[in-house]
Amino acid sequence: MSDHTAVLAKTPSAGVFVLPDTRPRFSGWMLFALAIAALVLVPVVVTFSSFAQVEGDILAHLTEFVLPELVGNTLWLMLGVGLGVSVLGVSLAWLTAMCEFPGRRLFDWALLLPLALPAYVTAFVAIGLLDFTGPLQTWLRESWAITGLPEIRSRGGVILVMSLALYPYVYLIARNAFATQGAIALEAAQSLGLSRTQGFFRVALPMARPWIAAGLMLALMETLADFGTMAIFNYDTFTTAIYKAWYSLFSLAAAAQLASILILFVLVAVVFEQRSRTQMRYSTVGRSAASRRIKLSPALAALAFLYAGTVLAVAFLIPVTQLAVWTRDVIAADLDARYWAFAWHSVLLAGMGALMVVMVALLLAYAGRQRPGAAMMWTQRLATIGYAFPGAVLAVGLFIPVAALDNWLIDTGRAWFGFDGTEVLKGTLLVMLLAYLVRFLAVGFGPIDSGLHRITRNVDEAARNLGTGAAGLLTRVHLPMLRASLLSAAALAFVDIMKEMPITLMTRPFGWDTLAVRVFEMTSEGEWERAALPSLAIVIAGIIPIILLTWRGAHSHG
Amino acid sequence: MAELILDSVSQSYANRQIIADLSFTLPEAAIGCLLGPSGCGKTTALRCISGFEPIQTGEIRIGGEVVSRPGWMLAAEKRRVGMVFQDYALFPHLRVADNVGFGLRGETKAARQARIAELLELVGLAGHTHQFPHQLSGGQQQRVALARALAPRPRLILMDEPFSNLDVELRERLSIEVRDILKREATTALIVTHDQHEAFSLADWVGVMHEGRIQQWDTPYNLYHEPVNRFVADFVGQGALVTGEVINDHQVEIELGVLNGHIPVECDASGCDECVRSCHVDVLLRPDDIIHDDDSLLLAEVENKAFRGAEFLYTLKLPSGQRALSLVPSHHNHAIGEKIGIKLAVDHVVAFRRE
Amino acid sequence: MKLTQLLAALALTVAALPSLAEEVVVYSARNEQLIKPLFDVYTRDTGVQIKFITDKEGPLMARLKAEGKNTPADMLLTVDAGNLWQASEEGLLRPIQSKTLQANVPAHLRDPDNEWFGLSVRARTMVYNTSKVKPADLSTYEDLAHPKWKGRLCLRTSKKVYNQSLVAMMITEYGEGKTEDMVRGWVGNLATSPFPDDTKAMEAVAAGQCDVTLVNTYYFGRLMEKSPTLPLAIFWPNQNLKNKASGVHVNISGAGVTRHAKNPAGAQKLIEWLSSDKAQNLFADVNLEYPVNPKVAPDKTVAAWGSFKQNLINVKEAGSLQTKAVKLMDRAGYK
Repeated sequence: MSDHTAVLAKTPSAGVFVLPDTRPRFSGWMLFALAIAALVLVPVVVTFSSFAQVEGDILAHLTEFVLPELVGNTLWLMLGVGLGVSVLGVSLAWLTAMCEFPGRRLFDWALLLPLALPAYVTAFVAIGLLDFTGPLQTWLRESWAITGLPEIRSRGGVILVMSLALYPYVYLIARNAFATQGAIALEAAQSLGLSRTQGFFRVALPMARPWIAAGLMLALMETLADFGTMAIFNYDTFTTAIYKAWYSLFSLAAAAQLASILILFVLVAVVFEQRSRTQMRYSTVGRSAASRRIKLSPALAALAFLYAGTVLAVAFLIPVTQLAVWTRDVIAADLDARYWAFAWHSVLLAGMGALMVVMVALLLAYAGRQRPGAAMMWTQRLATIGYAFPGAVLAVGLFIPVAALDNWLIDTGRAWFGFDGTEVLKGTLLVMLLAYLVRFLAVGFGPIDSGLHRITRNVDEAARNLGTGAAGLLTRVHLPMLRASLLSAAALAFVDIMKEMPITLMTRPFGWDTLAVRVFEMTSEGEWERAALPSLAIVIAGIIPIILLTWRGAHSHG
Repeated sequence: MAELILDSVSQSYANRQIIADLSFTLPEAAIGCLLGPSGCGKTTALRCISGFEPIQTGEIRIGGEVVSRPGWMLAAEKRRVGMVFQDYALFPHLRVADNVGFGLRGETKAARQARIAELLELVGLAGHTHQFPHQLSGGQQQRVALARALAPRPRLILMDEPFSNLDVELRERLSIEVRDILKREATTALIVTHDQHEAFSLADWVGVMHEGRIQQWDTPYNLYHEPVNRFVADFVGQGALVTGEVINDHQVEIELGVLNGHIPVECDASGCDECVRSCHVDVLLRPDDIIHDDDSLLLAEVENKAFRGAEFLYTLKLPSGQRALSLVPSHHNHAIGEKIGIKLAVDHVVAFRRE
Repeated sequence: MKLTQLLAALALTVAALPSLAEEVVVYSARNEQLIKPLFDVYTRDTGVQIKFITDKEGPLMARLKAEGKNTPADMLLTVDAGNLWQASEEGLLRPIQSKTLQANVPAHLRDPDNEWFGLSVRARTMVYNTSKVKPADLSTYEDLAHPKWKGRLCLRTSKKVYNQSLVAMMITEYGEGKTEDMVRGWVGNLATSPFPDDTKAMEAVAAGQCDVTLVNTYYFGRLMEKSPTLPLAIFWPNQNLKNKASGVHVNISGAGVTRHAKNPAGAQKLIEWLSSDKAQNLFADVNLEYPVNPKVAPDKTVAAWGSFKQNLINVKEAGSLQTKAVKLMDRAGYK
C-alpha cells in the first residue's frame, strides 16, 4: 500500500493517473464510518461511564429481586417475538411474492400497514378487547357463562402483540428476497425432484435467510428497546427495569448500568446476524417472479386469503377502527387549529430526519462497498446499534454531552461578548435530528446495504469502463438502481420518527410539539380515548410513505 | 482501435502469484483469446488490462500508450477499454437504448441517437430500444452488453466468458455473430474463455494459459497442429500420446510404424537440445492422424465409441495396450470389442521427450 | 482561538434573540392540556409570556441537571411529591420565601425547606363494586391484606409512582416490617396480575373480576363521567382510627423555582398565582383534583364524593422513602 502512494507522489501527472478503487487510496470512507460510529457511541459511552459511580445497594437489590426474572423475561420475549415475526413475515412474504390468490395485490402492500401503527396502540386495543373486562370475554361470560379463557395480559399476549406489530420488518425484506430469487430457487429445487414444500424449506428459505435475519434484527432491536407495550402489559424487561431504576429508584446510574447489560445482549445478537449476513454476498437480481406465480387451489387460496386477512385485521384494521371510534368521540372537543401545527411539525421532523438517516445510511453502506473488511463491518454494526437503545436513555446520553458543550459555548460567549442566553445547540433542530440519526440509522442502513449488495461489482466496472468516474457511478448507476431501497429506508425511518416519543420530548425546541408529543400528553394520564386523535393522525401520515413504497414496487424494473 | 501489448506482466495477490511474466501482442483490429482452465489467471489478466487490478512487473500498452506499470495505472474510466461481462452487468434501471448510450457522453443528442441506432441495428436488436434488460432473453442481453461496450468506440474490447451463460446452440451461433460484429467495427478485442471451440471460432490469436503463464500465443491452427508442450497438446483438441523411439532427426518409430518429419522436442531452461538417436519420446496422435482401413493388417480393438453424427470417435486399444483416438465416417459402425484395421496418416510429427 | 471566537459569535447571534416581554420558562411533567388553559389566563391578566416544555419527570430532571447554571428553566412543575423531593435532593430547586404560599398551602403539602409547594391534591382511595361489597366491609388500607379479601383485590402496577408514594407513606406510619407484611398480604389477595392504569383496575372491579381497588379519585371521576351506570363507588379508608397520623393518603402536583432560574421572581409570582383562589379551581378542576388551598371549594363533581380526613404526614416522605418503598414492593413480589 505504502509503496503505491510513494510512487504516486513521484508521478508528475498524478492528476490523470489514479490508483483504482480496489486498493486503499485514502481512508476517507473509513474515517467517515468511524465518525458515524463515534456519534452513535456517544450516548453509549455516556451510559457506560455510569460505572464510575456505582450505586451498590440499588444494584444489589436489582440483582437479587429483579434481574433474574427480567433476564428470563427478556430471553423469552426475544425468542417468542423472533419466532413470531419470522413465521408471520416469511409466510406472508411467500404468499404475496410467490403465490396467486384473491386479494393478493391488495395484501401485498396492505400487510405493511401495521408499520404505521405504534405497537403500544395495538397492545392497548388488544387488551381492551380481549381482557376480562373486554367485550369478547364479557359476552362469553354473560351469554354463555364461559370463563377461563387464556389471559391476554401474559407472556404469550406480549409476544403475540409484538409479533403482530413488528412482522412487517421481516415481511418487507423477505418479500423482496422472494420476489427476486424465489422463483429461480423453487424451479431449481423442483428440477432436482423436490416438491414445492420441500423446495421452499430446503432452497428458497435458506437462500432468503440473510434477508430474513436483517428484518428479524430490526424487529428484535425494537422489541428490546420497547417501553410502551411492555408497560401496558406490565411485562418486566430490561427496558422497563431501566426506567424503573431511573424514575422510581431515582438512579440514572443504575439505569445506565442496566442499559450497558442490554447493549451486551444486542452485541451478541449482532454477532449472530453478522454470521448470516456474510452469506448475503453479491447475488444477482433474478428475473421477475410475476409470470411464474404458484396458482393455489381454490381451497388453499381461500385459506391464504383468510390467513392474510386475519393478520391484517388483527394487526391493523381492528386497532385503527378502535382509534377511529374513539376519535369520533373526542374530535369535536380536541381538534383545533393547533393540530395542523402538530401534524406539520411531525411531518417536517420525520421528513428531515428520514432524509438525514437515508443520506448517512447510504454513505455508510457505500463506505462498506469501497473499503470492505472486518474493521469496516464492525464499524457499521456499531454505527447502527442505537436502534436497540431505550429511547429515553439514548436521549439523555446525547443530551448530557450536548448540554456540556452548550455550557462551554455559553460561558465563552458570556466572557467575551456578554451573551446572556441559555441555549446554543440544545433547543435547535440539529440536536434533535442528530438524535434521530443515532436512533434510526439501523432502519435506513438495512435496506440500503442489502440493496447495494444486490448490485454486482461488474455493474460498477461496466460503468467505469464506459468512462464514468466515482461521482457518475453514484448518480447515474447506484442511486437509480437503489431507488427502491432508498425509498424503503426513507419510509421506515419516516414512520419510526413519526411514532418516536422520548427523543422528541427531550430534545424538541420550545413550541415544537408533535403528534407523538400529543399522544404522550394524553396517554401519560391514561386518557387513551383522547390519544386516539393524534395516534390516528400518525397512522394516516405514516400510510402515505407506505403507499409510496408499494407504488414504486409496482413500477420497479429491478 | 489499437494494438494491445503485454510485456512481462505479473500480478500477485496476498502473496499468491496470479499471473506471471505474461507477454503477448494483439495486433490492431485482431481478435485475441485467452484460453485456459478456470483458475489459470486469464480473468485476472483481463482485469489488469481493463484497469481494475494493478500489476507488479512489466507494462501494458494500448495503442502505444502505457496504461499500467508497477506502482500506477491509468484509471479504468480513462482507458477507453470496453468490457463485456460474463453476467452482462446491464443496468437494470435503464432501457436498452439508454444502456447502449451510457458511455456516449459529450456528444450531441443526435449523434448519440444515431450511434445507438447503428449499434442496435448491428447487433440485431433494433426493435427492442424501449425494453428493459429483464424483458430480454439471455442472448439478447448479451448483444446489448456488446453494443454498450462498442458504443463509445473503445480502443479495445474485452470479453469475459461472454457466452458461458448461454445454451450450446445459441453459443455457437452467437460467437459467429459476435466475430462478425467485431470485424465490421474493426475492433481490437480480447476474449477470455475456457471453451476452445469458442476460442477457435472467434479468435485470430489464441493464448493458452496455465498456472498464470501463457504456454503458447499462436493462431488456432498452429495451436492445434503444433502445440509447444504437453499441456497445450492435451488442453487443445483431442488426441493421445503414444511412446516412440527417435531414429534420426527426421524419423521416429511408434508401434504403428515409422513417422517421417522434423522431430521437435521440448525445450527446458538449458536450451533446446535435439534428440539424438534412440532417445524416447511421446508422439501426439490426433484423431485424424489415424484412419480406418478395412484392408489394413494393423489391427486395434474398439474400446469405446462416441457417435458424432457424421463420424464416430473411436477409442482404440493398440496391441501394446496403449490407447489412441480415431475419427471414422459414421457408416463404419463397429461394435465395442471388435478389432478394426487402421493406418497412420500423419502430416507432421509432434513429439515430446519423455521425462 | 480565532476560530472558537468566530464560532461562538455565530452561535450566539443566532441564539440570543431578545425577548421583549417578561417571560417565565416552565419545565412541566403535568401535561399540556392541564396547564395551558391556566397559563393563557395568566398571560392575559399579567402580560407575562410563559414558555413551557412537557416531558416525563425523569428526563426533565436529567435535563435540568445537565444544563446546570445555563438552564433556560425558571420553574419545575411536576406531579407527585416524590419527584419534587428528588429535584430538591439533586439541588435543582431554590428555597423561596413567600407569605402567600405559606398561607395558601397547608404545611404537610409543601417542602419544609420551602423549595416546592403543592398546587393540587390527589387522593388515593378505594373504589369498590357496589353490588358485591357493602361499605361496612371496608375499613383501612391495611385491612385489604386480610385473607377475607383473597381473590377480591385488583391493583395497579407497583411501577406507578402513586403506589410507590402510598407505600412510602405507609412506611412512615407503620415502619418497614409491618408495611412489607401488608404489601405481601395485598399481593396474596390479588384476583389478577396488576393493571397498567387505574382505569383498567376499576373496570375490572366493575366487571366483577375483583371487588375493590386503590385509585386516584380523578380517574374515578373520569370513568364515571363516561359510564355513569357502572356499579362503582368511592370509599374513604382510615377515617375512624385513633392513630392521629391516619387518614386518606394524598399526594400533590406541585412546583418549585429552579436553582439557576433567570427570572426567579417571575416564577415565584406564577406559583403564588397558581395557589390563589382565582387559579386553584382552574388548576384542580380541569383534572377533577382537589384544590390545595383549603379556602377554595372543590369542583361539584368532586365534592359529591364526600369529604374525608387527609393523612397529615408531610408528603415529602413519599420522596425520601420512595426507594425503600420500591425495594419493599420488589421483595414482596408486587409487580
